[in-house]
Amino acid sequence: MKNFVERLNMLQSCLLLVCLSVGSVAFAKVEQESESVPVSVQASAQTSTADHSLFEDLQQVFSSGPEVTKVCLGCHTEAGKQLHKTTHWTWAFENKLTGQTLGKKNVINNFCVATASNWTRCTSCHIGYGWKDASFDLTSEQNIDCLVCHETTGTYQKFPTAAGHPNYTPKKWPPKKGKLRQPPDLAKVAQSVGKPGRSNCGACHFYGGGGDGVKHGHLDSSMLNPSKELDVHMDASGLNFDCQTCHTTGSHEVAGSRYAPRASDDRGIVIPGQKDQRRASCESCHGSKPHPEQANVKLNDHTDKLACVTCHIPEFARGGRKTKMWWDWSTAGRKDPDGKPLVIKDKDGYVSYTFKKGDFKWQDNVIPEYYWFDGVVEFSLLEQAIDDAAVVPINRIKGGYADENSRIWPFKVMRGRQPYDTVNKTFAVPHLFGKDADAYWKSFNWKNALAAGMKERGVEFSGEYGFIETEYFWPITHMVAPAENSLSCESCHSDDGRLQNVQGIYIPGQSRYPLLDMIGWLAVIGSLGGVSLHGLARIVAARKRNGRKL
Amino acid sequence: MARTYMYARFERFWHWSQSLLILLMLITGFEIHGNYQLLGFEQAVTVHSFSAWVLIGLWVFAWFWHLTTGECMQYIPSAPERIIAMIRYYAIEIFQGKVHPFHRDRFNKLNPLQCMAYLTLHIAISPAVWITGLAYMYYKDVTALAVFSWLSLGTVALLHTAAAFMMLAFLVVHLYLALTMDHRPLSSLRAMITGYEEDGK
Repeated sequence: MKNFVERLNMLQSCLLLVCLSVGSVAFAKVEQESESVPVSVQASAQTSTADHSLFEDLQQVFSSGPEVTKVCLGCHTEAGKQLHKTTHWTWAFENKLTGQTLGKKNVINNFCVATASNWTRCTSCHIGYGWKDASFDLTSEQNIDCLVCHETTGTYQKFPTAAGHPNYTPKKWPPKKGKLRQPPDLAKVAQSVGKPGRSNCGACHFYGGGGDGVKHGHLDSSMLNPSKELDVHMDASGLNFDCQTCHTTGSHEVAGSRYAPRASDDRGIVIPGQKDQRRASCESCHGSKPHPEQANVKLNDHTDKLACVTCHIPEFARGGRKTKMWWDWSTAGRKDPDGKPLVIKDKDGYVSYTFKKGDFKWQDNVIPEYYWFDGVVEFSLLEQAIDDAAVVPINRIKGGYADENSRIWPFKVMRGRQPYDTVNKTFAVPHLFGKDADAYWKSFNWKNALAAGMKERGVEFSGEYGFIETEYFWPITHMVAPAENSLSCESCHSDDGRLQNVQGIYIPGQSRYPLLDMIGWLAVIGSLGGVSLHGLARIVAARKRNGRKL
Repeated sequence: MARTYMYARFERFWHWSQSLLILLMLITGFEIHGNYQLLGFEQAVTVHSFSAWVLIGLWVFAWFWHLTTGECMQYIPSAPERIIAMIRYYAIEIFQGKVHPFHRDRFNKLNPLQCMAYLTLHIAISPAVWITGLAYMYYKDVTALAVFSWLSLGTVALLHTAAAFMMLAFLVVHLYLALTMDHRPLSSLRAMITGYEEDGK
């Protein structure tokens, strides 16, 4: 039907063009041009009232990032104060629901474990310049990196080991054998500033965990220019949403948080006039009865128990990049028979073992795991004791059937083995990166590396370490498929349905009461047996009466 | 041979449309229950829900017909000794070759046991199926009412499935009795198609 309407529209446009070209060729040309520009492109085109390349202050030779920032702040007087309040800057987050202090500065993960003592490497994804140790001045406005989010040339990159700075001289990455990276032309970059594009956000968010798609699984470089099948909203030739279309911004605060997500959103469709204008939820545009009348009437009955993404993201890591599903630090440090540090790649070119980091498992087109989720996430923090008898959850997600704010959500569950203090029963933070002898990637001595990492965090380390299996729950929200590719009913409403491990909910087609089924089938088979015996007995009796042999 | 006009046109229409719908609902119902895959879950639910409405409509019509034509009198339970006589016949006498204790005619279409069985079907099993079925379909609206807020979908499903098992068991016994108890093979079946039943042996 839609196709037909589209064709009809095209036919109409063609007819119109033919008519107009007869009257006025010039007019027809204008008509054609304005029609051929998709609405979404117009919307995302530069609508700014300022051309920064005309600003004299920006027409100078800059020798460092902070010099550019100083000029930015000359006009954008409030930007620094705004940014200083954001998690993007502080790497600290107060979770009001749990009272926990989270943020990259504080949490433990099962990728590179922690930022502390590895600053210069980790902060290549901080929106600042120079966070190379704990003494970094978080009150400095000039240390904010405006360019990484706002430049539009695509030539500005933070150097991986420069604490958030780009390289100001030509430098190789990876060191020694890598490609030579030229320093960015800071003046040109500064003059290009505009609204952040996907590549700005993606520069960090697509590469979290140390590489393309490693961490999230639903955010990787394939989302830079996704097809409709990969992401129906960001489809470059369709809706072409920016990140900020959903992750609405104001005063440099970006909506949407993995630390305190909104598991269900009953605000209805967000319209002007409402106090809360954040749109980082499906419901904020689609409402909570999103399926149209012509769709199956039962669909809207699901929204009180299921997150939209549970059906509408059938799999993650669908863009041709694998995501890391397993990371085992305990096997790190091995050498090959020639005594050289060991690196093994799988047939697709993904590293499955490296002496620096241990064993990895990668996976694409991953079917998520499903759990009840009410938006409350409780982390196991470094200060807390852990139970080393079982798999340690790095974060625990709360929720259940009875709670009306809970929904069944899809998760990537990152699993792996990481170091811990076997005496104090705490996680252990390794000092991985650095030129000093304690750094694990320098001398491959866990004891020294862990002692240095724990010292940096100010947490006591017994000196005894082991490796413990951990799991980390990541809600899946991106890579929303077109409606026709969403899950079918059978995906859950069948014997081995996707939600079979979700507790407390009756799912027709999957859930059973074995006792009822047993009694029911006994009654049916009993009836069948009863009438069969009765019939047989009648035949036998009749034959006997008639004097015939059996 | 004498023929009795046993089943009116509506009765025959009612019987066959009902049997078709019940069969369809049993097939799709047990698919929804997860016992096998045939139409696919979504299709099965669509067919099941649609048939449900037709069956309920038919049920309402049938009640109306039975009440207005007085045919409902056929379902008035017999005296206990007549029921016992039927049980004795099925349990003992039938094997001795004795004749059926009751003669069927236009005004006594159902023997005492049949009468009890169909009465149970019409006022207990069928309503149990469709009341629990409607509660299943409109679970959200039903539980939105304070009086039913305690009701879980699992309970509704449990009751509905239990009623379905009863219906299936009924069907098994009904088919056996209807198809094998005639003095001539399949004469009841023929009567339910043509309306006429041939008399005598």
